[in-house]
Amino acid sequence: MSLQLAPLAADVPWPPSVEEAFFPPGVAGSLWVTKFSIMVWLAVAVIIVFFLVTQRNPKLVPTKAQWLSESIYSFVRNGITKEVIGHEGPRFAPYLTTLFVFISFINLFAIVPGFQISPSSHIAFPTVLALISFLIYWYQGAKKHGFWSYIKTSIVLPAPWWVQPILLPIELAQILLIRPVTLAVRLFANLFAGHLILLVFTLGGFVLMGSGNIGLAAVGVISWGMSIVMTLFEAGVALLQAYVFVLLSASYVQSSLADEH
Amino acid sequence: MALAEITGDISSIGYGLAAIGPGIGVGIVFAAYIQATARQPESAGLTRPYLFMGFALSEALALFGLVLAFVFSNPAA
Repeated sequence: MSLQLAPLAADVPWPPSVEEAFFPPGVAGSLWVTKFSIMVWLAVAVIIVFFLVTQRNPKLVPTKAQWLSESIYSFVRNGITKEVIGHEGPRFAPYLTTLFVFISFINLFAIVPGFQISPSSHIAFPTVLALISFLIYWYQGAKKHGFWSYIKTSIVLPAPWWVQPILLPIELAQILLIRPVTLAVRLFANLFAGHLILLVFTLGGFVLMGSGNIGLAAVGVISWGMSIVMTLFEAGVALLQAYVFVLLSASYVQSSLADEH
Repeated sequence: MALAEITGDISSIGYGLAAIGPGIGVGIVFAAYIQATARQPESAGLTRPYLFMGFALSEALALFGLVLAFVFSNPAA
C-alpha cells in the first residue's frame, strides 16, 4: 500500500517553530496591517454592530438576538460583578462585559477555520488589556482611599512587626507588578500553548503519514483525531480564559474598594 | 557500549518540573470544590468564582514555566 500523503509531509514545517507559526507576514506587503490587526478590527466591528442592532429597538418580549445580548450582559452583571464586587459591582458591569465579549471573541479566532490563531497568543494584546484593568483598579483605589492611603491599606496587613519587612515588599509587588503581569501572561500563555498543541497534533499527523510506515501512519490518523478533540478543548479554554480574566479583574477592583483587611 | 544521545533543550525539562507543583495545586482546588459541592450542593454557585480564581492562580505558575521555557530556549543549539 502506497502512502500518497508522503509528498505532503515535506511541505509542513517540522518541528513547528515559533517564528513560522506565530509571525505570519503582513497583509499586502505592509508591516502594520497584519492578520492580527485585521482580526481585532473585525472583532470590534462585529461586537459593536451586534450590540447596536440587538439593543436599538428593545422589545418587552425579546427576540432571540436581543435575548442573547441581554443574557451575556446579565451573566457578567449578576454572575460576576454582583457576586465578586458586591453592591458597587454594577458600576463596573459595562467595562467587564466589554472585556468578556472582546476576549471571548479574539480567543475564539484560535479555532475558526481560516484564522486558526488568536491575537491573544501575541503578548502585546493581553498586555494592553491587563494594563487597562491595572489602571482601573489603581484609579478606583486611589479615588476611594486617596493615593497613599490606598497603597497603605493594600500592603499593610495585620501581622507581627517582624514579618512586615518580608510582607511589605511582596504585597507592594503584588499590586504593582504581579497582578497585571499574571493577568496578561495567563491569557497569552493559554492561547499560545493551545495553538502549539494544535500545531503539533496536526503537523505531526502529516509527518507520521509521510513516514512510509503503516503503523506510524495509523498513529497519524489518531493524531489528527486528537487535533479535532483538542480543537473542541480549545473552545472551552477560550471561553474559560475570558471568564477568568474578567473574574480576576473584578476581584482586583473589589480588593481596591475594600475598606480594611 | 554505545550510550544513547539526546539532543534538545534542557528548558523543556525545566518546564516539565515546573508543571508538577501547579498540577498538584489545580488537583487540590478541584477536589476541594467537588467535596464542597457534594457536602452542600446549594453552595455550588457560591463557590464557583473561587474555584476558577484558585484554578487560574495555580495554573499561572505552570504557564510561567511554559513561557520561560521558550524565553530561555536556545533555537541555535
